[in-house]
Amino acid sequence: MNSLWAVTLATLVKDIRLEWRSKDALNSMLFFSLLVVVIFVFSFDPLAEESRHIVGGLVWIAFLFAAVVALNQTWARELRNQVLDAYRVSPAPANGLFIAKAVGNFIFVCVLEALMTPLFVIFYNLHVLGPAWQLIPIALLGTWALVVNGTFFAAMSLRTRNREIMLPLLLFPVSIPAVIGMVAGTTAILTGENSAHFYIVLLLTYDVVFTTACLGLFKTILHAE
Amino acid sequence: MKKLFPILALLTAIFLIYTSYQALKVAPTDALQGDVYRIIYYHVPSAWTAFLLFFINFIASVQYLARTRASLQKTVQWVVIAIGVAGVAATFLPQVQSLLPAGMRPSAVATTVLAIPAFYFLLGWLFPGDRMDMLALTAAEVGVVFCTIVLVTGPIWARPVWGIWWAPGDIRLTSTLVLWLIYVSYLVLRRFSSSAQTQILAAALAVFGALDVPLVYLSIWFFRTQHPQPVIGGGGSMDPRMLHTLLLNWMAFLCFGFLVCWSRFRLEVLKREVEGAEAMESLAGGTSAAKASLPLSRSGR
Amino acid sequence: MIETPAQNSIIVSNVVKQFGRFAALRGVTAEFDTGRLHAILGDNGAGKTTLLRALAGLAAPTQGTITILAKSPQEACRTLGYMAHPSLLYDEMSGMENLRYFARLYGIDGDQRCEEVIRAVGLDPDLARPVGQYSQGMRQRMSLARAILHDPAILLLDEPFSNVDVHSARDMVGLLKGMRQSGKTIFVVTHQALLLDGVADEFVWMQEGRIVDRTASASRQGDVL
Repeated sequence: MNSLWAVTLATLVKDIRLEWRSKDALNSMLFFSLLVVVIFVFSFDPLAEESRHIVGGLVWIAFLFAAVVALNQTWARELRNQVLDAYRVSPAPANGLFIAKAVGNFIFVCVLEALMTPLFVIFYNLHVLGPAWQLIPIALLGTWALVVNGTFFAAMSLRTRNREIMLPLLLFPVSIPAVIGMVAGTTAILTGENSAHFYIVLLLTYDVVFTTACLGLFKTILHAE
Repeated sequence: MKKLFPILALLTAIFLIYTSYQALKVAPTDALQGDVYRIIYYHVPSAWTAFLLFFINFIASVQYLARTRASLQKTVQWVVIAIGVAGVAATFLPQVQSLLPAGMRPSAVATTVLAIPAFYFLLGWLFPGDRMDMLALTAAEVGVVFCTIVLVTGPIWARPVWGIWWAPGDIRLTSTLVLWLIYVSYLVLRRFSSSAQTQILAAALAVFGALDVPLVYLSIWFFRTQHPQPVIGGGGSMDPRMLHTLLLNWMAFLCFGFLVCWSRFRLEVLKREVEGAEAMESLAGGTSAAKASLPLSRSGR
Repeated sequence: MIETPAQNSIIVSNVVKQFGRFAALRGVTAEFDTGRLHAILGDNGAGKTTLLRALAGLAAPTQGTITILAKSPQEACRTLGYMAHPSLLYDEMSGMENLRYFARLYGIDGDQRCEEVIRAVGLDPDLARPVGQYSQGMRQRMSLARAILHDPAILLLDEPFSNVDVHSARDMVGLLKGMRQSGKTIFVVTHQALLLDGVADEFVWMQEGRIVDRTASASRQGDVL
């Protein structure tokens, strides 16, 4: 158990350090997120009466696209110079690598969300009518739902021919309950019309089920040639 | 075996003609919907067949994954037995019985739960080794076809009767759509994966899909309670003659589905034998060794 | 042939490795003594790299078994050190940073071992330059350093001398000689048999996925290298 957390921490620190050094990925991701928000603003009139009802969906679609672009980069560094082989050959537990990558992606996507949210608030003049604090568990649980499966499917896609398209293809169907939870929950809080309590529980259940599944099956995926 | 197939095909064709006649002519006209309702005899049996096939794929995928390690296989077998026992016992508890939707009998639930270990061990016995994976692939492909029929006949039925093509809160149709998406992505993974371990990757995806389905159901169910939706397909009881025709049609669809699966399975067996033979030739080939030839099996499943 | 107990040897038993229709290894059977330097030679496509990867546990045999000191390659991972044609290092980090990370994967604390190993391959531990900017010779040395970091008893080296200047190549041969003398078992896949003449204990010749000969010297009847 000791070695699992040591390996996870070492990998996470290494990834953050590498990401910080070559800020290309970070910068282009930030700009991409801004562009997505702007496109949505032009497509869906922010002054319309109904906007509060659809903003929940718009925000999460924007987050989903940003997350997919980020997730596709998950294993890019490990593929260069076949570093993944060095990991496979070592006694380090496979789940250490998985958790580190998932947490790294989680932090990255949360940063993107933190940057995109104020833009949505500004462009759509959002006032939250329901309990605003509930948006935090929804955001955290929802992001983890996307990221944990995304990291897993990104690893699965490594062995496929069309890697970049394979990830969203595998991720989207399985993520549908989580997306319903995120969007319906966010809309419920923004409009204040319903309680988001059930959706938070749904997202929590989803996260527990799929985190367990990922941890159980990652070693097999890692060692697939 | 080869002689059996044409006979069964002929019998199935006759059966299908008979049940179609029953569905289109003999079954009574619905009081509310008129003759349009008859599409139910294609829509519902397709759905039940698709779900059965996806269920088979799930069991086959779990077994395939379990077989990768001997210790894992034993654990999974015990878990499956435990699920069966616990499931049946639970249906006798009053707390569980009160949770069941109206009209669903505890014995029906018990039999359904028992299907899990029953299928697990039956399939395990009938499909050793690599054949389990072939079964999974076959079930997925044919399941997707039947599922497509469900998704096409659903809106066709909904439009004239309820005035809308689709209702996002319709729990059955939407869950079926998600199931279809998951299995199409499963088939795409199989096609585009260049790994030696494609089969294991696909089995893992099937497990993810199966875990997802109850969550989809749950999420849409709650969404619907907050946003009342028209219920397509109606609930309530059915005229016994209609039910009789429905079940007959399902039997016919199952026979047809079975034949299609059998052909597809045979095709997969032959395909892998050819690949194996080619690999053996490449293995035995080279300047020095004698060439080995592998006779393709002519009989078999 | 002297009978050696399974615990002290590396046994390859009728190993077949197929990639789809292509058979890279066609029934390789051999027993290798420990404490020896085995050079593996052959034309391109003979299966040398595949055999090495199978020994490392990176390519599971389609048929047959490999036992390393009575364990499977994955179980014996602590005793194996693997060096491949790609560097298996992160280009954006310095040599020391790379080794520090890999040390964590093997549960090695502190910088001492990393510095020791970098010096042993003839490089400077304080060099802050990222590995991506190294010359080929330096990169190969650092890659070797990573392979020997955890002091493995068995080394698997895939073309360590390729594209490397003569000086670096000779240094590496000297290093291998020293390691063999200290009791390590070394497998070297190479095209440059002459470099190891007099150093290797045996030369294993492969052709079309099989071992066709095992000689004590670098010249084979009819072959001119």
